[in-house]
Amino acid sequence: MRSSPGRRRLLAAAGATLVAASTVAACGSESGTQINVYYAPEQNFQSVIDQCNKEAGGKYEIVYRKLPRDADGQREQMVRRLAAGDTDLDILGLDVTWVPEFAEAKWLEEWTGADKTAAEDDVLEGPLSTAMWNDKLYAATKNTNVQLLWYDDTVTPTPPATWREMIDAAKDLKSQGKPYQILFTGAQYEGLVVTYNTLVASYGGKILSDDGKSVVMDKGAIDALRLLKEVASEGITDPSLTNAQEQQVQQAFERPDSDAAFELNWPYVYAAIQDANPDRAKNFKWARYPGIDGPGRVTVGGYNLAVSAYSQHKPESFEAALCLRSAESQRYSAINDGVPPTIESVYDGDDAEFVKAYPMWETIAEELDDAAVRPLTVVYQNLSTITSKVLSPPQDIDPESTAAELRDQLQKALDSKGVLP
Amino acid sequence: MSQTAEAPVTAAPPPKKGKPALSEGKKAERRLGLLLCAPAAVVMIAVTGWPIIYSVWLSLQRYDLRFPDQREFVGFSNYVAVLSDGYWWTAFGVTALITVISVVIELVLGMLLALAMHRTLVGRGLVRTVSLIPYGIVTVVAAFSWFYAWNADTGYLADLFGADAPLTDRVASLAIIILAEVWKTTPFMALLLMAGLALVPDDLLKAASMDGATAWQRFTKVMLPVMKPAILVALLFRTLDAFRIFDNIFVLTKGANDTSSVSMQTYNNLIKGLNLGIGSTMSVLIFIAVAIIAFIFVKLFGASAPGNDPGGKR
Repeated sequence: MRSSPGRRRLLAAAGATLVAASTVAACGSESGTQINVYYAPEQNFQSVIDQCNKEAGGKYEIVYRKLPRDADGQREQMVRRLAAGDTDLDILGLDVTWVPEFAEAKWLEEWTGADKTAAEDDVLEGPLSTAMWNDKLYAATKNTNVQLLWYDDTVTPTPPATWREMIDAAKDLKSQGKPYQILFTGAQYEGLVVTYNTLVASYGGKILSDDGKSVVMDKGAIDALRLLKEVASEGITDPSLTNAQEQQVQQAFERPDSDAAFELNWPYVYAAIQDANPDRAKNFKWARYPGIDGPGRVTVGGYNLAVSAYSQHKPESFEAALCLRSAESQRYSAINDGVPPTIESVYDGDDAEFVKAYPMWETIAEELDDAAVRPLTVVYQNLSTITSKVLSPPQDIDPESTAAELRDQLQKALDSKGVLP
Repeated sequence: MSQTAEAPVTAAPPPKKGKPALSEGKKAERRLGLLLCAPAAVVMIAVTGWPIIYSVWLSLQRYDLRFPDQREFVGFSNYVAVLSDGYWWTAFGVTALITVISVVIELVLGMLLALAMHRTLVGRGLVRTVSLIPYGIVTVVAAFSWFYAWNADTGYLADLFGADAPLTDRVASLAIIILAEVWKTTPFMALLLMAGLALVPDDLLKAASMDGATAWQRFTKVMLPVMKPAILVALLFRTLDAFRIFDNIFVLTKGANDTSSVSMQTYNNLIKGLNLGIGSTMSVLIFIAVAIIAFIFVKLFGASAPGNDPGGKR
């Protein structure tokens, strides 16, 4: 091996270059502390950040690192980097379902003391519970989200309050040759889980136990399966239900020749229809999501801000996160980006600008008062993948056997023994 | 190829297999040869051997990134979990189906394309370049154009065939995946087959036609036997590739409606599910499957790597 010393030198040199390159990349700015916020694309979030930077007065500088648009892409990027102990991540924008997973993996710094008090102050109960894990606070709520019932008041002047009323109304309208379809997210993805979770909660049922460690799938959960099957198989929904994600649902209602009478979707559709179909937008009204005996208990969405356990500027990160989700920031984001606030006092009927940009604020606030949270569990990702798989397509559900299959598959997922499809 | 061409190269010492005594010079030459190969071999072992060993090691553990405290050695129980799982076998069946159908279609089309390229008299370079374009396009990009073409809202192909939403139906999705795969890799097949065609001596074909062989007989009785090694190599490469199909499915269906391949499922378990144990088990199983395919081709059909004695058996 005469050539080996030379080779080793070469390798060492190559290695050193690599290390040097990555160190240089890691500490880009020398001046002051830089706080990297990894957050989903949100059109006017940069203005919120600019405002907070002004308030920080040079103590630190928040930098917006945009994550991919789709939730899976966001999670994957953060998970990959956190698993490798990346110190560049300071504040993480987490979907409400990810907190248990990230907390259990020890990737999140717990909120304590004054920061905790500030992050919990005046926050709605439903959203707040998505930021907790094992009774500890791991994130501060940034915004929430709930689906509403959207309808056309020329077709149905009074919106249905329950699923039974809605199904009967749809059948009635169909026989009269009027628009009749009930649109909801039925594709094999997270949206179907959201729909199902809302139904289960409305029945007062449970999918998992409260500690997220075992499967319950009680009577309410089975009744919800029966209802889902009924809606999907009685010819009162869109034929391409199994391909319907939020966007398809929204567009199916906006189409000029739409057959839809009811749409269950997030509030963003209100702004969208104004441009897409101004004629129908005039009659586009909202109401509370229907339930079983009254209004439904609706699944909350939204985002939380957490501080990475690998961050090198934790105190500053907590401070910055608090600013990014303060009442003023949330009000600004609600008005400009349409995301519902999590702080109760922002829902203020005397705030003219807020009321104008957010006419459905009262219905949203009512729903949030009695909202349902998706099962809080470390393996939510697996639970969601399996649930949407087992429930697809909804018209093929057989309540008893589907429930048994869910019970079996979900338990395996909770024990992290199962295989993901 | 003809055995005679090789004789002068290898047959310097008397034709005796086994270990003939080597001269001093030969020994030194051989040592130098080994030394010159060594760095490359070491690097190859480092970049291929270590990951393989590491994933085998991971596959024997319960190791879920979300439960870092529960990491433990579990022997073969991950293999039991995967091999007794319905999802895995569904994905395995889908992968095998896509592999077999797409490789067969590619072989037929590739052969036709190769013959066309081989026989072209005018614009030979142009014809070859044009037919290679699909292979030059990044798979993900090509997959996206198929995706939009078959999409219910934007798709001209979906409109053309009057299909409502073909990518939500299992059979239609699989057909589209196979179509995308065939479109993409037929040129590669054709290229390998064309190299085989070049091996067929013109004299042989002329002699056959003198003896009254029809075009079909010349193809099956003369060309195919001579081309056999090239065909086997092409088949081997494509089968191994097709078995690892990922990009097309990832873009076209994301594995919905039971269209996941084994690679997709591995990705889901490793990257989405963060389950390093199960995920590594799946990658080891894919590795084994690929090794078995290669073994069957090499040992049973006598395929050999290109440049490794194109005469067939060693």
